[in-house]
Formats: sequence, C-alpha cells, structure tokens
Amino acid sequence: MEFALSEEQRMLQDTVGRFLADASELDIVRKSAEAHEAFSKTIWTGFAELGVAGILIPEEHGGLGLGMLEAALMSEMTGRHVAPIPFVGTAVMAPLALTLAGSDEQKAAWLPRLASGDIVAGVAVTETISARDGAGVSSQGDALSGSALFVIDGPGADLFIVADKEGALFLVEASATGLERIDLTTIDLTRPVSELRFENVSAERLPNGSPAVVQQMIDAGRTMIAADTLGAGQMMIEKAVDYAKERKQFGRVIGSFQAVKHLCAEMAAELEPCRSLVWYAAYAQDAIPEEGALMSCHAKAHLSEVGRFVARTSTEVHGGMGFTDLVGLHYWFKRIGLDRQLLGGPERVREEAARLQGWAA
Amino acid sequence: MDLAYGAEYEAFREEVKRFVSENKDKSPRQSGTGRPSDDQRKWQDLLIKNGYAARTIPSEYGGYGAEPDILKSRIIAEEFTRASLPLGLASQGVSMLVPTLLELGTDEQKKQWIEPTIRGEVVWCQGYSEPGSGSDLASLQTKATEDGDDFIINGQKIWTSTAQVSDMIFCLVRTEPDARKHEGISYLIFSMDTPGIEVRPLMTMTGYAEFNEVFFTDVRVPKNQIVAERGQGWFVANATLKHERGMLGDPNQAGTRLAAIIDLMHEETVSGERLIDNPLFRDRLVQLQARVAAMQFHGMRLLTASAKKEDPGIARLVVKLMGCELNHQLAALAIDALGELGVLYERSPHLRAGGRWQRSYMFDLGLIIGGGTAQIQKNIISERGLGMPREPKPARKEGAA
Repeated sequence: MEFALSEEQRMLQDTVGRFLADASELDIVRKSAEAHEAFSKTIWTGFAELGVAGILIPEEHGGLGLGMLEAALMSEMTGRHVAPIPFVGTAVMAPLALTLAGSDEQKAAWLPRLASGDIVAGVAVTETISARDGAGVSSQGDALSGSALFVIDGPGADLFIVADKEGALFLVEASATGLERIDLTTIDLTRPVSELRFENVSAERLPNGSPAVVQQMIDAGRTMIAADTLGAGQMMIEKAVDYAKERKQFGRVIGSFQAVKHLCAEMAAELEPCRSLVWYAAYAQDAIPEEGALMSCHAKAHLSEVGRFVARTSTEVHGGMGFTDLVGLHYWFKRIGLDRQLLGGPERVREEAARLQGWAA
Repeated sequence: MDLAYGAEYEAFREEVKRFVSENKDKSPRQSGTGRPSDDQRKWQDLLIKNGYAARTIPSEYGGYGAEPDILKSRIIAEEFTRASLPLGLASQGVSMLVPTLLELGTDEQKKQWIEPTIRGEVVWCQGYSEPGSGSDLASLQTKATEDGDDFIINGQKIWTSTAQVSDMIFCLVRTEPDARKHEGISYLIFSMDTPGIEVRPLMTMTGYAEFNEVFFTDVRVPKNQIVAERGQGWFVANATLKHERGMLGDPNQAGTRLAAIIDLMHEETVSGERLIDNPLFRDRLVQLQARVAAMQFHGMRLLTASAKKEDPGIARLVVKLMGCELNHQLAALAIDALGELGVLYERSPHLRAGGRWQRSYMFDLGLIIGGGTAQIQKNIISERGLGMPREPKPARKEGAA
C-alpha cells in the first residue's frame, strides 16, 4: 500500500512547476490578462514543448500516455501559477472525449495535434449539468442548432467538442459555417470562456459518444478544476505567510501576532487534507472507476469551499495590499472564484453526489 | 500510488480474518469503569499471544515481540473494527507509560511494569495538567521536596481520567524549584495507594465524571521511582505526548460515525418524510462525507510516510485540529437531524442511541480543548509547519522572578 506520489510524478510536477514559475510570472500573466488574450501563446508553447499538453494522450498518438493523477499534478501547477493556458479542456476533457468516443480516423487526425499543442480544443458540455438563459444544443442528423455557454478553453480554440442534449458528442471546427463564437468575460481573465451559437452547423459525430462518456469527461474536468484550486490555494497561503513574515506593524512583524498566525494555520489545516482528496479522486478516475464520479464530486465541492475560505483569508492577511491590483493577489482569488462555478458549483455537485449514492431522486 | 496491500499483507489479512471469525464469541463486554474486567483481561491475553495486542513490545517484557510494521497494525485495526471486535487495551498505561519506559526506563522498571500493564493487571493514570497549568503545562507547581531517600509531594492534578480505579500514576512534579521552568520537572511513578492521595471525581458538562482531580498532601515516594534523570521530566513527557496527539482525531472514528448518521437519516422520519429526503440535511451530510473522505485519505498518506520513515511535515500537524473538529461536526449534524429528539438525554422516553450524540457532541468539545487546545494546535501549525515567528514574550517587570 502506497498513498504517495512516485519519484517520477514528483519530478514531472517539479519540472513543470519550475517552468511555470518563470514563464508564468505575475507580470507576464498580468499582460496577458489585461490584453484579454484568449491564452498566452508563449506559455502554452513552452508548456507543450515539455510534452505535457499530451499528458493523457496515448503514446501512439504522440502523447505521454500518463494518467489522471499526473494530469491533476499539472493542473495543480497551472493553478499555482495562475497560468493563462488552455489545460482543462484542451489537454484533459477533449483528449478524453476523442480517446473514449472517437473513431480511429478522428483520433489519428486530432490527437497528435492536441498532443503537440498545435491546436486548442474548446469543450461545450455545461448544459448537460445546468442550462442557463435558454442554452442547449440539439442535433438533427449531424447538424447542430442552439447554443452552448461557458465553453471551457473556447476563446482561441481551433476545434470544439460539443455535447448535445441527449449526451451525443460532436466535433466542430472553429471555421464551420453557421458557428458563431462570442467570448464571455469572467472575473478570471486568465481563463476566458465562450458562448457558441449554432445555426444548422454541420458537425462530425464521435461514434461512441454517450451520456456515460460525457459524464467521464465531466468527472475528469471537475477533478482537474479541484486540483487547480488546490494549487492556487497553496500559493495564496505561501504568499500570506511570506507577507506576514515581512510586514511590520506595532513594531513587530504581523506574523508574530496570533490573530494573524491562526488565520494562516487555519488555511493550511483546511488545505492539506484537500491534497490527499485530490490525489485520491484523480487516481480513482483510472484505477477505481466505480468511485470516480463520486470522488470527483467530493473533490470539486470540498475544494470549492476550502478554496473560497483560503482566497478571502489570504487576502485579509495581506491587509489593504491584498485588495490592490498592485500586489496581484486577486488573480488567484478570481481563479478560485471561477473554479468554484465551472462544471457545477458545490451545492449542485453535492446534490449529484447524493444522487450517485441513491439518496436523492 | 498503489492502494493494494500486496500478497504478503493480504495473507496477513486473511490470518487476522480467520482469527476474528474463530474467536468472535470470546469478545468481552466493556467494563465501563476504565478498569479491565476479567473477561477483558482474558481477551487481552489472547490478543497478545496471537500478536494482535502489544505487538511490538519485546517478548522479554511480555509482549509479542514483532518488528514494527505499521501496515500490519493498520490491517489488524481494520479487520477488528469491521467485525466490531474490541482491539487490545489502549489505556494511558499501555499507550503512554509503556512507550516511555521502553524508551527511557531502567531495565528494572521495564521488567517490573511493562508486562502487568499490557496485560491489564496494573492500571495507570496520568498526572500532568494542573488547575494553573493547562496549555502552559511546563509551569506546573506540584512540588517534590527531598527528604532522605524520598520525595515529599504536595500539590494538585486535574483532568486525571481513570484515577479512581488506577493502581499507579505517572506524574510530573517540580523537583528543582530554582531551575528554569522546563528544566525543573521530574517524571515520577508511584502507587495510588500511597498515603496522602485524595481522588475527587470531576463531573463534566456531559453529566458524567470522565475525569478526576487528584490532591497530594505530603505523599512520600522513594527517589528511585523516577524515570530518567532529575530535571528531565519535561523531555520525558514530550517524548510520549506525541503518541497521545496521534490518537486524537483518528479518521476511522469519523468514518464509523458517518456511517451511523447515514443509517439514522434513512431510518428517522419527520412528519413522514425521511431525513435523507430533506435537501438541507442531505447537503450537510454530503459536505461532511467529503471531509471524512479527505481525512481518511490523509490518514493513508501519513501511514505511507510513516512506513517509509519520511517526515510528512505539516500534513501530520493538522490531524488533531481537523479530526476532532470533524467528529464534533458529525455529532452536531446527527443532533440537528434528530431535531427535538436530538436534545433528549439521560433515560428519557423517545431517546435515540442512548443519548450518545449529545454526549459525543459535548465530549468532543472536551477533546478539542484537551490534548493541546485548538489554539495551541494553530500555534504549532503556524510555527513548526509554516515557520512563522513565536509570539514575543512580554517584557519582564522589574523585580519579577
């Protein structure tokens, strides 16, 4: 029995973490965000050069062929460095859809290009969880109509994976006739999302698409988002502790006041067991599939709650500076804020967890 | 990550399962007094003989004499818990005094005390806290003055569980009044029958006397009943306090409690509606279920670190704080779900589960405070885990000691 990361997993996480610490420094993130970039091409290219855009993609299609735990470790690092790159949709949910439901031709056509980072894939599945403002996609044969909101990695995408109301999956190229993309601005400028409008858009069906596959994509996506919050939360704690060790008031560093120390201790005490939960949830996706859905719900919901606590508490420890744009702490605060709602907020996800256990209709 | 235990451990698990199923009927009833009954002692002997209690205590001191293997210990705990069988004795003597003697006792002390303690023949209580020395334990004032070959002890201890049924006490006393506070303490062991000891039960908010106060008036203890050197008592006690904190906040207890609440919410109805069908209670249940899962996986992570002799750092420091709070919240949910029925107590008509949810809810608050308060835990987490500075000591007033 070993509940720990392997040496290889630690090294991989270290390598990517060190790359992002440089490549995704705050001033670079800020420039990308303020320019409302779809994503940072420089960071994404460097990330892909490390091979990790293809982390889940089988080796025969040019990827690393690793598992969900490794992917979660990457997602944790993107959250830690508020990296403005399309990881959850492009490197996790879309490859999973193609691998599970695509034809051999579709896999051969798209997986290598996703693995190399040459293309970005948006994922439109939100309406299978909650449809807002009349959104929803219907298919007639292989033609799509309707709209999809909160398309993950939508801005800058070359390709979309779209679920219709029945849980069938389709592949739509960004240039398709009748497709309109409208980018949505959220609080988090590091990961914009899109709305897609379909007017009789001809799409390519993934032959093995099904509600079960959509569910697996969502489970994986939720686990990745939980890991993103874990990384962002960890960084917010470290920043709060560093700040409290430097900032002086009343003639002493504020980190020596118990009122401040205890806030830091509470954040760490809440977040540390979350790491164990995220590891398990990610590992379960591959190794204990019967628990995969429930554990992704638990990880998503619990990390949302702890993330919110850490985000506001770290900001408070920073005092007035935490509230300024200058320090930039808000990039993490907002990242955690978006994570909480994407693919279902905690209340919705917990209700799903209850349904999975037969506790709710 | 590999959550399988592997062939060697699965074989061991089969062995434990076989023992459990063959000996289920010998399982003793709990005495409820804190002193093991004859049945419990027989059960303990059987467990020691088979290596399921006192497993790593050397056989020359009456233990089973196995090499420490944390995974095997875990398998034993899992299989006994699954079958609702009581594990070996986990009294303060077994959990705290025996490891202390093994680490720091003389050969004579080990020979004299370990075997009768692990067999449940000698029961111990712990004399650490005092009315004026709780979180600041090292300020303790119970004093031991020299008189020939003896110490004469005067003072008072509090929070002494099982004192009224104990044969012996391991006790921190101040032997060097002029030394600095951490360096003036000694660790003595003596009989509770010694003249001058008075035990008064301490009734708590639960309505039960889970603790006692112990008063010492000119209690005479031979000087050779000391563990380690004079003035070393603080370090002796700290060597074993970590065992106590490891026991508090055990995630398996939270798991058992969660399972009981899930049953309760399926069985109990309010105006014909099952509690599990109420979306608000269900939401709280799922929130806590995620927390229990996180703490259980966290326990597996710590277990792995222990087995590999790695320091898990801050991950270990958070367990007491988070585990005790979680248990408290679980009891709170059970009470709220039961509503008016949840406040019934003692032997009231309509009482559920013998009133244990209220008792747990109150007793858990005691555990949040005891064994290092939540606030002390937060100091430890921030100072040792996050490297934050200690609270500066107030400037000494002139003329003060």
